[in-house]
Amino acid sequence: MLYREAGQFKTSYSADQSIFPIRQDRIALVLFGLVAVLAVPALASNYFLETIFVPFLVFAMAAIGLNILTGYCGQLSLGTGGFMACGAFFSYKLAIAFPDLHIIVVFLLAGFGTAAVGVLFGVPSLRIKGFYLAVATLAAQFFLVWVFNKFGWWTNYSPSGVISAPPREIFPGFAVTGAQADPITKYLFLLAFVALLALMAKNLVRSSIGRSWMAIRDMDIAAEIIGIRPLWAKLSAFAVSSFYIGIAGALWAFVYTGSVEALAFQIDRSFQVLFMVIIGGLGSILGSFLGAAFIVLLPILLNNAPGLLGLRISVELISHLEFMIFGGLIIFFLIVEPHGLARLWQIGKEKLRLWPFPY
Amino acid sequence: MNPTTLRFGIWMLATPLLIATIGLGFQGLAAVNSAMFFTWGYFVEVLIAGLLQGVLYSLVALGFVLIFKASGVFNFAQGSMVLFAALTLVGFIEMGLHWTLAFVVTAGVMVLLAMVIEKVVLRPLVNQPHIILFMATIGIFYFLDGFGQTLWGSDVKLLDIGIPKDPRFILEGIFEGGILVNSFDLVAALVGAALVAVLALFFQYTRVGRALRAVADDHQAALSVGIPLKTIWVIVWSVAGIVALVAGIMWGSKAGVQFSLALIAFKALPVLILGGFTSIPGAIVGGLIIGAGEQVAEVFVGPLVGGAIQDWFAYMLALVFLLFRPQGLFGERIIERI
Repeated sequence: MLYREAGQFKTSYSADQSIFPIRQDRIALVLFGLVAVLAVPALASNYFLETIFVPFLVFAMAAIGLNILTGYCGQLSLGTGGFMACGAFFSYKLAIAFPDLHIIVVFLLAGFGTAAVGVLFGVPSLRIKGFYLAVATLAAQFFLVWVFNKFGWWTNYSPSGVISAPPREIFPGFAVTGAQADPITKYLFLLAFVALLALMAKNLVRSSIGRSWMAIRDMDIAAEIIGIRPLWAKLSAFAVSSFYIGIAGALWAFVYTGSVEALAFQIDRSFQVLFMVIIGGLGSILGSFLGAAFIVLLPILLNNAPGLLGLRISVELISHLEFMIFGGLIIFFLIVEPHGLARLWQIGKEKLRLWPFPY
Repeated sequence: MNPTTLRFGIWMLATPLLIATIGLGFQGLAAVNSAMFFTWGYFVEVLIAGLLQGVLYSLVALGFVLIFKASGVFNFAQGSMVLFAALTLVGFIEMGLHWTLAFVVTAGVMVLLAMVIEKVVLRPLVNQPHIILFMATIGIFYFLDGFGQTLWGSDVKLLDIGIPKDPRFILEGIFEGGILVNSFDLVAALVGAALVAVLALFFQYTRVGRALRAVADDHQAALSVGIPLKTIWVIVWSVAGIVALVAGIMWGSKAGVQFSLALIAFKALPVLILGGFTSIPGAIVGGLIIGAGEQVAEVFVGPLVGGAIQDWFAYMLALVFLLFRPQGLFGERIIERI
């Protein structure tokens, strides 16, 4: 009843091509934005901001990156962790070498550096497909982490291999990295940054380059025959995806954990992001956010559930049970809705359009 | 002579030459770079150790290949099946069963597991894209890891079923001081060979084996001549489970039964892409190449670049290899149609 596009007529092409063609969607988006900008910092405690909202936004960024590669271009990648490490270490070296460089520029440059690395590791995708490619991207994962672990130059020869991110301010007086940074500033900075880049991603996948990615995904030979260059399409997908993942890695190290270490970007991280993309929905920017929220919240819920229920279980058992429940839920979700949370959202909207008179 | 035999023959001749060339290369490098240590006896020793290690990789890779061939599922959970099988076996042995009896019981458990997986995971996901099934097996991976350790605890357990572990020297006449070989690795190699032989016979000469090959060849055609796909899937997952059990015994008695066993699956992946996802001989040859290449690279090249290159060398080797043969050594030729 409320959610109905009847009577909303488009009189220009630009209106017809807008991202949110339905007025109710736009209103909901503005409301959602207001909640995110005003209500969340006001109501959520610092603890919630630090443990839920900040990692959620960082992961959402990584998930968008992987979704571009896997969901839109169909190239299965397990190298996400390695590319995140790239972003983290590139931005660290840049921030140390050029202390006056603005932190956003540092992040963006780190993203471009990661994009170059991504293209390098994307070259095999021109020959290799499917699971063979997935395993091949593991080479990137293990090799990159090894490089950052092995060569002291990346960590400025710190003996432990763990270094804290240097403090930087986004505006004078508003630190976003380092120990002094206020969680609210961090959160708002991340929110703006991720929202802007997500908007960019959304527009990219709606444009001709995004359509060529999707053509490659759906059937690469057919796409090649109708004139899409696989080399260009695949490598650009690798570049854009690595750009996002690299920035996510930089944000992870600088804003979320505050320390740069290669161990944070092991193979587990790759799987974690892949889960987000699959559970959220392949080929959906919104799905990246939903998946990230799900995977960030699930362990926290599982961790706290026994306490809330008043059960006393040893820590070790909890971690094993967590594994079991996590695995079980993954399977459950895949069976119930293989197209992810984004699809559920779509179905919900369709239902809402017809409500309360389904005929 | 048919081309396959011919190619096989050529490779049989070329491989020793290739190895000798690599050895010569290292010798040359060692002559100009004092950081490198090289003698031919040592080289052969490392090579043999690598090959024997490779047999263990092959054992894990075999399980992958079996399942991929029969159902097209890339079973990421193979590693955790190895862990689960080993944990269960040790659990039964600790209960006081003799290890042969425990082996039989654990094999039963693996068959049961295969049935549950087929019923709960595979059947509802029939006709989904491969990536979804792949994700589901990652779900199984997590579940089994947690389940096994919830049941049996997460301590490092020793598994000793009486395989001799003493090192011995062989070929003392040819190389100065002989070559050090661990007799455990030799036993493992023999077990691996026996397992492959049994599997080959099973596939070639039994009714079920024939059905499995038919399914691997063409699902639709197999269904239309009346082969029950569901049963076949249970059988193939059971066989993979038993292969995992054997691999678990070998790895477990070598390194102790612990969580890290689940991660050896990562070592089996480059073996798979090198050998081809659909080929059992590929898994064996791939395992040998990866094992030997990794060991030789770690010992001789590792010191030049800072060591610990074992983590990624296998992947890089496989990656470079794939650029020339995208379907792996023995994989079926990928034919694409619109």
